[in-house]
Amino acid sequence: MKTLVFLEFDNGVVKKSSIEVASFGKTVAGTTVQAVVAAPAGTDFSPLGAYGVDKVWHITAPEFADPEAQPLAAALAQAATTAGAEIIILPKNSLTDAAAPRLAARLGAGVATNVIGLQSGSSADFVVKRSVFSGKAFAYTQVEGPVRVLTLKKNAVDVVVGTILPVSVESFAPLLTAADTVLKRLSVEKTTGEILLPDAERVVSGGRGLKGPENWALITDLAAALGAATACSKPVSDMDWRPHHEHVGQTGIKVSPNLYIAVGISGAIQHVAGINSSKVIVAINKDADAPIFKVADYGIVGDAFEILPKLTAAVKNLN
Amino acid sequence: MPDTVSKIAFTANNTALATAGVQFIIGPYDDYALARAVELKETMGATVTALNVGPADTEPTLRKALAIGADDAVRIDTEPRDAYQVAYLIAEYVKANPVDLVLMGRESIDYNSGLVHGITAELLGWPSVSPVMKLDLNGNKATMAREIEGGKEIVELNLPFVAGCQEPIAEWKIPNMRGIMSARTKPLLVQPGNAAALKSNVTGFELPPAKGAVKLISADNAEELINLLHTEAKVI
Repeated sequence: MKTLVFLEFDNGVVKKSSIEVASFGKTVAGTTVQAVVAAPAGTDFSPLGAYGVDKVWHITAPEFADPEAQPLAAALAQAATTAGAEIIILPKNSLTDAAAPRLAARLGAGVATNVIGLQSGSSADFVVKRSVFSGKAFAYTQVEGPVRVLTLKKNAVDVVVGTILPVSVESFAPLLTAADTVLKRLSVEKTTGEILLPDAERVVSGGRGLKGPENWALITDLAAALGAATACSKPVSDMDWRPHHEHVGQTGIKVSPNLYIAVGISGAIQHVAGINSSKVIVAINKDADAPIFKVADYGIVGDAFEILPKLTAAVKNLN
Repeated sequence: MPDTVSKIAFTANNTALATAGVQFIIGPYDDYALARAVELKETMGATVTALNVGPADTEPTLRKALAIGADDAVRIDTEPRDAYQVAYLIAEYVKANPVDLVLMGRESIDYNSGLVHGITAELLGWPSVSPVMKLDLNGNKATMAREIEGGKEIVELNLPFVAGCQEPIAEWKIPNMRGIMSARTKPLLVQPGNAAALKSNVTGFELPPAKGAVKLISADNAEELINLLHTEAKVI
């Protein structure tokens, strides 16, 4: 099936979630894939050839440097039509959460978000596996064609590196109407120089057991040593100890890192919903009966104030 | 949708949610959207219509929306099967009954597709924004905070548009006795759900594999955890 993937670059380097999309695209296509990339002129696309990409539709227009969802949906719809794509795959994130439904509606396409894989042997019916019930279950969803739009959850598929293909690049200038660009951005508040939680491979997360925001150095020190992002439980963000974009759980951010360390978090079902696609979960809690230990792979029962400095020191020794 | 504390299980050969003992609620994100709509009504004056696509057993939930402060409710009488169908029915309703603003949750907490706001807006030819954490109106102009990866952005947009909402856009409202009494007499209109072509079909559900027992490490030997994460789990 003719497959088009939307890939994101950060400072000239393809993001890991986009590599996963390219690799998954190749699996779905059963052959090579084409990519749409918005990046500055002169960006090196040759590394994409290892993941099955043999053609890049390159957008250099400045309004796509940090694109808005609606113009992106318009651009991808045009690229999909030009390329004759039957499947369009995007990495799932806050931009594509807003863009994918509009893209699908423009194309009259079937659409599935939060996809974690294909049902094996389902090529004829095109059934995808999705994360549903806020991470408490999976659904197998048949997506109607002839055109389909998918968003792929982070860290859900293994990247397959193949023979490095030569990548041809064609410049692509999307045509935007006035209606596509009505939204005005007034200001941005973004954490800089830190690892972003949704992209993080490792996460250290604190709960009410930390007793107050003044104790957060325990969390940030361990996170810094591990190269991890920091996160928190809902009560912690509700009390404004930490910003809302760190809140992990059913109504917050759902994360799927390789390592999630929950400190002083009891593990209410709503919190677990946000973390249970993590590969390895560690619980540190003074209450041995806390439900977090039921979902954890490793646990320490004890006082976080004593344990965390020891862990931070041990990580530093490791390095 | 099922309450956030619900244990999820399936019946009928894993094709349907086991509803025994499950409390059905207004989706938490939709609840925020409703609460903000009622706040806007209270501060600026507006008429709030609560709309649901669903069978008759969702009416108690719509009555709750009326008790919270919606002026009237509309139930489009059909089983919601996919996001495209729900968005199509909402868009058709809005075309026939024009409004200035459509607020809804950023996503449901059962299927978590997060598609309805964007598809509805596209079908109406309107802009859409999601996830919106703050929304203020000044005449025809809305100023909003929306969450982005690792932060937030302040954006501006003229009515009409569709917003997918999340906390902390408003405080959840708990119906008071007067609200509950008045909800009984507020209009709840039932409309037939015109057939919309489905674009997807859930063929089955699956629960995540059960977790093995936790491996406990003594607090006195906490450093061993880092060693295990390095050599056994190989995640650091």
